[in-house]
Amino acid sequence: MATEAHAAEGATGYIIHHLTALRVGEGFWSLHLDTLFFSAVLGGLFVWFFKTAADKATAGVPGLAQSFAEMLIEFVDTQVKDSFHGHSKLIAPLALTIFCWVFLWNFMDLFPVDILPLIGSLMGIDYLRVVPSTDLNATFAMSISVFFLIIFYSIKIKGVWGFTKELTLQPFGPWLLPFNLLLKLVEELAKPISLALRLFGNLYAGELIFILIALLPWYIQPVLSFPWAIFHILIITLQAFIFMVLTIVYLSMAHEDH
Amino acid sequence: MSINATLIGQMITFALLVWFTMKYIWPPLFDSLEERRKKIAEGLAAAEKGQEEMQLAEKKAKSYLKEAKTQSAEIVSLAQKRANEIVEESKDAAKKEGERLVLAARAQVEQEMQQAKDGLRQEVAKLALIAAEQILGAEIDAAKHQDIINNVSNQLG
Repeated sequence: MATEAHAAEGATGYIIHHLTALRVGEGFWSLHLDTLFFSAVLGGLFVWFFKTAADKATAGVPGLAQSFAEMLIEFVDTQVKDSFHGHSKLIAPLALTIFCWVFLWNFMDLFPVDILPLIGSLMGIDYLRVVPSTDLNATFAMSISVFFLIIFYSIKIKGVWGFTKELTLQPFGPWLLPFNLLLKLVEELAKPISLALRLFGNLYAGELIFILIALLPWYIQPVLSFPWAIFHILIITLQAFIFMVLTIVYLSMAHEDH
Repeated sequence: MSINATLIGQMITFALLVWFTMKYIWPPLFDSLEERRKKIAEGLAAAEKGQEEMQLAEKKAKSYLKEAKTQSAEIVSLAQKRANEIVEESKDAAKKEGERLVLAARAQVEQEMQQAKDGLRQEVAKLALIAAEQILGAEIDAAKHQDIINNVSNQLG
């Protein structure tokens, strides 16, 4: 278990406690059960909602659920069509999944910081971090998956030779090959790292501020947490949107043959 | 903030979600959207076509109406002509019939006049005979004087 959290008490202890994951195992082969659980539940929610809408989908007058699902589909499709000009069966569903899933992760941020951990502690769970996007594992899992897709599509579209050429011969020509390679590697690696850290940082900071507000006297809390929550509605949507759009952009870059 | 096996678990979940979305969620919803779009486009096209057809039909109806009007005018004038003809014909027939009747009546009148003349002639001859008898005081033999009687009656006619 996360032993470092036990020692501290008071405000620091409270904060650390809230930001400690429910963890089993040691070293690398350990799991954050809360992250896995909540993201799976939220993913299930997303899939369930869209599946119900898809099962009842008609070309006639759509129901409420279908309208909502179609609105999101249209929205994502517009984004994809704006930046991606190839033909791919994967990218649009991928973008939809990313947008909805990240949004739902982030949405967990809007639950009062103590309520789910309290329920957890009543059930005998000591640590519960309910926002999956405050876990680097979750954000990196997604961005690394996207990174793999970038590599995969780069090779698929340009061929191994074409991709190698792109890595080595640009932007300065064959005489500066090592320098080109270094630049390109940094460029490629920056993509997943920036994707993951941007989302993580925003949500971690947001959650931290909610926790800090929760430390204040109860009569001040609403004054601060209410505007922050409203602001956060913007943040969580924006972060989900940014993650989706950047994924589309990266993948369309991977599809472009120079 | 340690990176651990959660990463792998999350990647698997993510892969499953993307696969599921790609396979079961995106296609039906997107297809229904496309289908609706097509339906609307078709509906609009049909409406436009309908309007065009209506205009065409209106034009046609107008031309039909015009044709019908001229035709009816023709028919009316023809009928008038025919009626005039019939009237003329019946007038002629009536005239002829009248003439025929007049002729027949005239013939009859003549015949009757002839008969009356004949009758009168004989009457007069008889009267003359009677008068002559009276005058002469003697009987005139009708058989003896037949020639005279005939002569007289011929003079009367």
